[in-house]
Amino acid sequence: MDSKEKEILQLIEENSRIAVDTLAKMVDLSEEETVTIIKKLEEQKVILGYSAVIDWTKVTETETVTAMIDVKVTPKRGVGFDDVAERIYRFPEVRALYLMSGAYDLSVVIEGKTMNEIARFVSQKLSTIDSVLSTTTHFQLKKYKHDGVVFSDGEEDQRIVITP
Amino acid sequence: MTPRTKGIRTSKLVNEIQPSGIRKFFDLASSMDNIISLGVGEPDFITPWSVREACISSLERGYTAYTANAGMLELRVEISNYLKKQFQLPYDPKNEIIVTVGASEALDIALRAIVDPGDEVIVVEPTFVSYAPLVTLAGGKPVSVGTSVEANFRLMPEQLRAAITPMTKAIMVSFPNNPTGSTMNYDELEAIAKIVEEYDLLVISDEIYAEMTYDGNHASIANIPGMRERTIIISGFSKAFAMTGWRLGFVIAPSDITSAMLKIHQYTMMCASTMAQHAAIEALQNGMDDVGKMVQSYKQRRNYFVKSFDEIGLPCHVPGGAFYAFPSIKNTGLTSDQFAEQLLLTERVAVVPGHVFGSGGEGHIRCSYATSLDNLKEAVTRIDRFINTLK
Ligand SMILES: Cc1ncc(COP(=O)(O)O)c(C=O)c1O
Repeated sequence: MDSKEKEILQLIEENSRIAVDTLAKMVDLSEEETVTIIKKLEEQKVILGYSAVIDWTKVTETETVTAMIDVKVTPKRGVGFDDVAERIYRFPEVRALYLMSGAYDLSVVIEGKTMNEIARFVSQKLSTIDSVLSTTTHFQLKKYKHDGVVFSDGEEDQRIVITP
Repeated sequence: MTPRTKGIRTSKLVNEIQPSGIRKFFDLASSMDNIISLGVGEPDFITPWSVREACISSLERGYTAYTANAGMLELRVEISNYLKKQFQLPYDPKNEIIVTVGASEALDIALRAIVDPGDEVIVVEPTFVSYAPLVTLAGGKPVSVGTSVEANFRLMPEQLRAAITPMTKAIMVSFPNNPTGSTMNYDELEAIAKIVEEYDLLVISDEIYAEMTYDGNHASIANIPGMRERTIIISGFSKAFAMTGWRLGFVIAPSDITSAMLKIHQYTMMCASTMAQHAAIEALQNGMDDVGKMVQSYKQRRNYFVKSFDEIGLPCHVPGGAFYAFPSIKNTGLTSDQFAEQLLLTERVAVVPGHVFGSGGEGHIRCSYATSLDNLKEAVTRIDRFINTLK
């Protein structure tokens, strides 16, 4: 991957709504070249999607609950952890799934409307899977930083308007 | 001896000095709301967190006393390593480096250490506003040499030669330059160095924007054979590490000059602030990734900004460093003062008129792109609207 491609990726990761003409100027390429690179990166599935980071706590009627569940599993012969992982990440409630080293095997991030909904998911869907040995559920109480974005009203520009 | 003039309380030297040319804009701009400021000569980033954290930790551990006059040896060693690694400049931390209160103090003590009354110091302009006044305050006579946009604001050897007199002691240069963003490469500096040697001059080279060099590597005049002995390099943490408010800089020079500077520094400043020095150690040890990220962001904004200026019809040479664009406003028919004032009043965009940076600056405005992309976009829109009303 060349450095212009990396630069474009960094910039759209930071702000996927950035206009193509602005982006092109910033990386010193023509608009056509920039569009071609983005298309290529999309086709290669380097860019997997464009999303917004939203502070849902500010949208009262859509409050959600997020939990992280530590899961211990017995890996299956031949397919290791991948098989059980796939069974878990297919559930739409699952926002993220990671294979971990250490005290447990899989880390499942799940989002629901209520704590009850999450409890139901754990007891009825997750713990009933054959290879799942145990689960430990941690509820998120507050989001301070997510995906590199700090969830607070950003720091103000403290500089005076003109300096020599 | 002439008797002293009764009734005038302040010194002749100080009375000779004009207040900064931007005062008027500062007062005007501070009284207005919703301004997009391109008038700021400092990073829009906040000092990297690990550096701020190191300062807090320094206080927690109770480091509240003076350090060595020249600065903590540990910091000078880090500075020495940094200079060697980044710019191939080998300097001895024990006696060739002084930690100062900003590059500003470094400039002051450098001049006071080398200038005798009546000595001339060539100041290459447009440049940072403090050079000529500091020469005057040191008892010297500033001799201005103006560069031009046609020469990409670089110093031409013949210009330098023409300005030299038997009283010339030193020249002051700064690349990458504030306000033009101009840089000079090794070969161009070599031609200057030849003349410096021929006339046995010293060079004060302010390289505080060295990290912010976007196309190729920064070249220091001290890298040129024979020049190390004649060069005083000024630098600091303000720009590269986004630490303007910390007031921390450094100066490097051969030891006969640093020991002269140290006398002034020790009697006026004693030493730079202790917690800032601890923070600076962290900055040099672990902050280079942050510097890299900030520099990448400045470069992207430079690209965007300069192209946009060209699109709206303000010709702008491509600044190779620092975080300023210096577009020409000559085709508007306004002076830089008029342009800056009218732009501020009608479109609420603050820029600095080019003439305040000395000869060669008139006909240009300094626009800092150390501000968010959204601000840059909005500023371009407003400036475009403004120049269209002039047509
Ligand atoms: C060329 C140049 N030198 C020195 C300084 C002052 O730096 P410091 O904050 O380290 O005193 C500035 C600040 O704008 C500058 O542009």
